Amino acid sequence: MVARETTADSLLDVEQTWADRLAYWGRFWWRDRGGVLGMLMFLVVVFSAIFSPAISPYDPLQQNLRDSKMPPAWYEEGRWDHPFGTDNLGRDIFSRIVYGTRVSLTVGFFGVLIAGMLGLVMGAIAGYIGGRVDSIIMGVVNLVLSLPYLLFVVFIAAVLGRSLINVILIFGITDSPIFARVTRGEVLRLRESGFVESAVSAGATWPRIIFDHILPNLIGPLITLATFEMSRMIFYEAGLGFLGLSVPPTVPSWGNMLAAGRKYLTSSPWIATFPGLAIMFTSLGMNLLGDWLRDVLDPRLRRTRK
Amino acid sequence: MYRYFLAKIGQSVLLLFGVIVLVFFMVRLTGDPASLMMSRNASPEQMEAFRERMGFNRPVYVQFADFFTGALVGDFGNSLHFKSPALPLVLERLPATVQLAVVGLLIAMFIGIPLGLLGGFQPGSAIDSIGRGLALLGQSIPNFWLALIMILFFAVRLGWFPSFGRDRWDSVIMPAFVLGLPTLGQLVRLTRSAVLEIRSADFIRTAYSKGLEPRVIYAKHVFRNVAIPLVSVIGVQFGYMLGGSIYIESIFAWPGMGQLLEQAIGWRDFPLVQAIAVFTSVVVLALNIFTDLAYAIIDPRIRYGS
Repeated sequence: MVARETTADSLLDVEQTWADRLAYWGRFWWRDRGGVLGMLMFLVVVFSAIFSPAISPYDPLQQNLRDSKMPPAWYEEGRWDHPFGTDNLGRDIFSRIVYGTRVSLTVGFFGVLIAGMLGLVMGAIAGYIGGRVDSIIMGVVNLVLSLPYLLFVVFIAAVLGRSLINVILIFGITDSPIFARVTRGEVLRLRESGFVESAVSAGATWPRIIFDHILPNLIGPLITLATFEMSRMIFYEAGLGFLGLSVPPTVPSWGNMLAAGRKYLTSSPWIATFPGLAIMFTSLGMNLLGDWLRDVLDPRLRRTRK
Repeated sequence: MYRYFLAKIGQSVLLLFGVIVLVFFMVRLTGDPASLMMSRNASPEQMEAFRERMGFNRPVYVQFADFFTGALVGDFGNSLHFKSPALPLVLERLPATVQLAVVGLLIAMFIGIPLGLLGGFQPGSAIDSIGRGLALLGQSIPNFWLALIMILFFAVRLGWFPSFGRDRWDSVIMPAFVLGLPTLGQLVRLTRSAVLEIRSADFIRTAYSKGLEPRVIYAKHVFRNVAIPLVSVIGVQFGYMLGGSIYIESIFAWPGMGQLLEQAIGWRDFPLVQAIAVFTSVVVLALNIFTDLAYAIIDPRIRYGS
């Protein structure tokens, strides 16, 4: 009894030093290092998109043919006022990469927003009502999911023509079936779960069941899915740009930059290298973030850790 | 078993019907298929003559019935560019695409599955980190960019592989590797998590406690169960490779269906695009049926289940 008291007292007495706190936070960060890194990478991209004019040293559209195809600063002929060099029209590649985050994030964010909302509505109706409505909705969902996705996206983009709105709509609509499928699965599972059953037997009205019991439980899996899908959309947007099917050629986007750089691959490889690295950076960050969110938000899918 | 497959085939026929409807309406999304397929400086008389020739001036339901009955017997009309029936042009390109996808899949399987198995047996080891790193990279590297970088290094700088075409036996290696990399990553992840899950299953503990040799346990109990999820993923990924090789084929000038699709879009040759879309979907749907068949053979629960 005495011993226990002294231990408790001495524990309380110990003042937390900065080293202890550092160690504590260090352990915390280390355990979730993937997620922290992913979050930081994503924040860098978001920051670049918001503060593009302040970060980029040049106007991304400003041409300067005298200084065209200048290599990055660490090359012998490079200059630090164009850190990543210039493209075939003498535009500053660093500034264009920074502005490119705007196109990528706009497409990713609004694409996921549209896909998520459409999918949530379709999946919730299919899962909650069931029966014939369910088979019709899921029939359409399965049709779209079993198609060669890239081929059809390229096809629609070629028909509709190059514009930001078109690209967002294409991704928002073609990607909604994935959200619908996940939502439906979750709704079916939740509908059978004990707490919904007890809410029903306690006489809760259906809006209350949906808004208080089902929707809050859907948020976790949907946010995780949204992260992965946003990364995929950024990826596919660049791919469409590469084929000349995304935003108009004058807009600084990573896909357009890759398409332009492809022609100068052997003579000026940096024109195509940097936009590719930017896509990879964003995608890597979002995948790390998504993996982490999946672990944190969905205990059922928790990764086996050793 | 037979009922299960009849149902699957029935579903696929319905999906195919959906694909034909989709492909028919996709070229009419902008309202006027003639202006989509003709060059912008065509005269009104030329446009009218084109509409007449293509039958675009008939009522939509007549056009649809015509397209649908044609599609069922493989008649998608003439390619506008080649002025010859579209489907044979697509079939001509099939072997190259299949070759690319098969080699890509083999590369992904021969690297991905062993890495996943080793990672699953020794989580946290160096080989596990390599596997997981590769999986993350495979997910995050844009394949169109990786293709450019590989050409730059392995073809232009080092001269190890030809940078384009399909003339030499080793032409296939670079495009197949790039095409297979995302699948490789998925296989590592999936194999690893399947091994981790099965390793701690009750029947494995039973096998150990009755004194079976680890070698036998792995061969008879672990591998067989790991194979089940792999089959379905490999099937899906193979379909994705057949329909998703457009960037890789266009960058490496690989004479397959993906390159044809890119060219057809450039020529505004939409009858040819339609033929490619329907044909690729048929191949992917057929592949899904085969995957389900293989799945049922491996996993008795599906064969005997409802």
